[in-house]
Formats: sequence, structure tokens, C-alpha cells
Amino acid sequence: MAASQDAASRDKVAAQPLLEVRDIRIEFATRHGPLLAIDGVSMTIEAGEIVGVVGESGAGKSLTGSAIIGLLDPPGYLASGEIVFDGRRIDRLSRKEMRTIRGRQISMIFQDPLTSLDPLFSIGDQLCETIRAHLPLSRKQARNKAVALLDAVGVPAAAERIDHFPHQFSGGMRQRVVIALALCADPRLIIADEPTTALDVSVQAQVITLLKSLCRERGTSVMLVTHDMGVIAEAADRVVVMYAGRVVETGPVADVIHDARHPYTQGLMGAIPSIGDDVESLAQINGAMPRLTERQHNCAFSNRCPKAMPVCFSAPPEFATVGSRQVACYLYTRPEGTHAQEAEA
Amino acid sequence: MSAEPAQDAVKLRAEGLQCYFTAGPGLIGRLAGGRTRTVRAVEDVSFDIRQGETFSLVGESGCGKSTVARLIVGLYGLSKGRLTVEGKDLSTAEARRRNAAEQAQLQMIFQDPYASLNPRMRVRNIIAEPIRFLGLAKDEKEISGRIDMLLRQVGLAPSDGARFPHEFSGGQRQRISIARALAGEPSFLICDEPTSALDVSVQAQILNLMKKLQAELGLTYLLISHNLAVVYHMSARVGVMYLGRIVEQADTRTLFNAPRHPYTRMLLDAVPDLAMTGRRRIPIAGDVPSPLNPPSGCTFHPRCPFANARCKAEVPRTHRAGDTVVACHGVEEGRIPA
Repeated sequence: MAASQDAASRDKVAAQPLLEVRDIRIEFATRHGPLLAIDGVSMTIEAGEIVGVVGESGAGKSLTGSAIIGLLDPPGYLASGEIVFDGRRIDRLSRKEMRTIRGRQISMIFQDPLTSLDPLFSIGDQLCETIRAHLPLSRKQARNKAVALLDAVGVPAAAERIDHFPHQFSGGMRQRVVIALALCADPRLIIADEPTTALDVSVQAQVITLLKSLCRERGTSVMLVTHDMGVIAEAADRVVVMYAGRVVETGPVADVIHDARHPYTQGLMGAIPSIGDDVESLAQINGAMPRLTERQHNCAFSNRCPKAMPVCFSAPPEFATVGSRQVACYLYTRPEGTHAQEAEA
Repeated sequence: MSAEPAQDAVKLRAEGLQCYFTAGPGLIGRLAGGRTRTVRAVEDVSFDIRQGETFSLVGESGCGKSTVARLIVGLYGLSKGRLTVEGKDLSTAEARRRNAAEQAQLQMIFQDPYASLNPRMRVRNIIAEPIRFLGLAKDEKEISGRIDMLLRQVGLAPSDGARFPHEFSGGQRQRISIARALAGEPSFLICDEPTSALDVSVQAQILNLMKKLQAELGLTYLLISHNLAVVYHMSARVGVMYLGRIVEQADTRTLFNAPRHPYTRMLLDAVPDLAMTGRRRIPIAGDVPSPLNPPSGCTFHPRCPFANARCKAEVPRTHRAGDTVVACHGVEEGRIPA
């Protein structure tokens, strides 16, 4: 990339979001031709913002996260679209270039805290290795930083615990260590893929609170991938709802939760049991999300949607702006349709 | 919440259930002088489940709730205690053989629908197994008719019987598990985290199905779950477990509206606030301690904000406080306000 272009893009930084995902398509190569797993996903994350990405298993939320950090495993590949981080396109970088960004600028927290730590090394070794890979620090300095990080994530007696091995920590403590690992190089964006799914509720609450406060203090942006709306409600500023490889609704968390517009989001919210809510049966969305091999050129939710119209089966809908939200649904895109009014009612 | 025709008919009674596991040191450990340690997975657990109601056990992982489920169906043996179903003793393997009719009333639904169905058997044969084993049908034709009916009952098509488990989604597999459980014509289902491996939209389908079947067939459920919202939605009464003991037991509304035990309060406080009311949470530090080396006295004392010297020394006994049965010194002494 030309230097002048780089400089030009840097001037625009202030106006630009930290991360911009533009219309990406991710395919899997198979013997029977490519399977489209992510179909035109776009999203932005501003500096210091916590964006929740929510959806059922197979919706493509983790895949989007992996694509951003450049960890798409073959046979998956990015077929088209752009990923722009801090004004710079990162989806075409070589592996070597990507390694200067991964861990340093963008880091990742995985779901299972046990498998994301090496059982053969003390957590101090693992933290120092990561710190020294990204920052020009001596062993001593790196160790001091590691202790400070463990302290910050609430590991008690950090100076002693640093020499312990992963199996000597409980699940919640391990996830704190993993968060410390992600924070090693003071990244600007953390992709947290189901960070609390493997944890118990009491520990989950601790970890969410911690992640949120650390990122607020440091101005770190977070892409919080989860299937749990409760976690999103607690932690995120904005939410992106995904379904079958596409974004169906995005907007401020409170608006989406209290007043969902896409029929899928509405169904999802109704399906979650809540304490104090005495209903005999839960609102249920019949059927299941179409599998990768069953996806067609239509609104992927049309076969389960209670409000489906003929047009829904013909082509995927475009985004429509509804108040503070973007909704991909024909209920809102039809110019003077009767259905739009119906939906408002 | 659900209609209870015969309110006082106790379906299942558990009195002082106890289950200890031994953790051996292994050969090398033994040579090095290691001793066998005991894990007290379930300690002095008592409850009644009434005919046609749903009783739930909640708690964090490792609290022994699944062990209780397995003790009841007989997958684990009791170390001590007494278990009766409709007044018939099922405490030992010998008693279970003697009271085979009551034992056959119990069926289990497991957590993971990917691991609990044999991948090499067609769905028809999976469902036919309990019918054949219990001799509930006289010929293949009757079995076949029964399978078709069961598949319809759980929302699948009779033609699905010819397929293999891998052809189904997680929610559909859980429906197959339910059909298999119902094939034995049970009156009591033990459901161990039946929806925790499922997505929320599918979870709603399964919970609705479970409620529908309960109303149609008059089933009694023991529901094991870590999800408090699911427990609130499904059950009439709830027991909260912590490190092998039930620390609080009450009917659902009482427990959720007026929790007494500090642990129950902490659990309720930790539930994510979906309504975004801006409720302030008091996060409680710490993890569940290892059951190999449980704290002395009340096992919750290291995490409890109300703990004192007595809590550290003495195991609290269960007592009645209002509509709740609770095991806490603080509640008993009136130190913890209601």
C-alpha cells in the first residue's frame, strides 16, 4: 500500500470507526462446491465500544470473529468483502503482517479457559511469552507487568500465583488469566468468543463485570460474541443479531431488547424464560435454523416467520432504518406496503 | 403453578440421601504413601416430590444435583439414606429388583442429546428398546404402532423413525430422548439439564413440550438445572444445592420472592438482568470450593458475608423459617433479616 494513501487514511481516523467489516462473505470449499456460511455481514465497532454479537449456534457469529482476527481455518475462506481496522485493510495481509496485529492490536478470548492455556507451562511463563512477543521488555519487566495484569483481573496473591500451572486454578480464575493474556499488549480491540459460557452464573457475573470495567478503564473496544441475551444486556452498548449467516437487526442494546423489530429477534426475546414472568408456555419459534446446505436465496428466516409474505421467499431483504436500528426485513422495506403499518401496530 | 389434582400424594420421598465417592491415589500415589480420599458428593439430602408436580434442584456445577438425579434412577448406589417411590423402597439394588414395578416408573432424560443416543441405531430401534426390555407390547406390530404414536407425541413424524440420530438437530434429538423416556410408560421423569445444550429458541420448544406432556400424561418431573429462569418457569417447588447439601427448599414463588439463605440470594443476584432495570448487583467473590476438601462448618462460610465463628465450626441443620426450609445459622438466629 502506498505511503500517501496510508497517511490519507490516517487523517480520517477520527471520523472512522475502529473496526469496519464491509459486506464479508465466508465460504467453505467442499467437494460439492462452495458453501456460503457468511453472506454479506457488515458491522462497525467504535473505539471504546462494547458490541454484542448474538445468535444461535451456527449463525456465524464466531466465524465472523475468526475472520476479523485472521484465524479462519481452511476449508473456510473469505470470498469477498473488506475488514478495515483503524483505517487499514487487514483481510489481505500476509501471515507475518497479521501477526503484528494479532495479539498486539486485536486479541481474542476463547470460550473454554482450560483449552486456551497450555497445561505444561506456568501462567507466568505464558503471560511473559505473550508480553515479550509484542512489547520490547526485559524478562524482569515482563514479569512485573504480568503480576500487575493478574492483579488487575482480580487473581488474589498474584505474585505467588504467577508460578502456578493452569490446573491449579478454578474455572473462573482461569478465565481471568485468559483475560489477562488478552490484555498483555494493551490491544485496542478484544474479540471475546463466548467468554462466560463455560462458567457458572455466580462466576459469570464476576467475569462480565470485570471485562466491562477493564475495557472501560482502558478504552478497549470489545466484540462480545455470545448466545446469551442476558450477557449482552449486562455488558454491551450495541447489539448485532445474526441469523443463518446474515445480520438481521442491529441497534442500541436497550432498544433491541425492549422493542425488537425483526420477527426473529422478537421470537428470540419471547422464547427466553424470565424470573417473575408467570406464563404457562413460552413463545416459541417453530422449526430450526436452516443448515448450511439448505440455505437458499431468500430471507433465511422466512420458513419460520409468523409474518412471512410472498416477497420474503424471493430474495434476501435489504436493511431498513427503523428508529435507532437497522432491520433486514421486508416488513420495513416495502415502500408503501400495508405490512409496514401492521408491523408498527 | 401447574394444576395439582392430589396435592398430598407424595410420589417420591428422599430421606437423608448420601453418596460418597472414593478418589484413590493410584498405584504410584499409594507407593508414595497417598491415602484414599472421599468426595462427599451428596450429604443428607431430603425432599418430597408430590404427584404431578415439578420439583427442581438448582446449583452450580459440582454441587451434586446430577448425582441426586442418578441416585434416584439407580445409576449410582446410595451410601446411606432411604428412597421411596409411592411408598415402595428403592434404596438398594435388591430393593429395586423387589419393587420392579415402581422402578419402571422412573425414566431419565439426559443433558447432551448428542451423547445420549446411540449413533448406530435407527430412531425406531432407540425408542423400541424400553418397550422391548419392559415387555410392554406383545408383538412387533404393536411396538411399531406405539413408536409412531410416541414420535407424533413429541412433535416428530413417524417417517423420522427410519433415520439415524446424526440426521437430526439438537432440539429434535432431545425430542427423540423424550420419546425414548416415554416409551417405558413412566409416571416420573428425571430430567438432567434437558435444555442446557440447546439454543434458546429450541429450549422454548422443549420446555413447552415438557409442560404439554405433563398436562396430558400427568407426569411428575424432577428437573435438574443451573438456569434459574428455566427453574422458575417450570417448577412448583425448588431445592437449592451447595456442595452436596440442600441449603434452601421452598415453593417457587416463595423462594424467588423471599430467598432466605445467603447463597440463594447470591445466585438470584447473579442472574443477568435481561430487563435492564439497572438493578445494582452485589457480586460475591470466590468460586465453589473443591468437594475433595470442603470448608468446615457451613460449607458456604468462606463466601458468605454474614459468616461468623459458629458458621465456621458447626454444620447448620435444616429448620423451617416461614414457608421455607433452610440450613443457615444466620437465618436461625435471626441475624439475617428476612
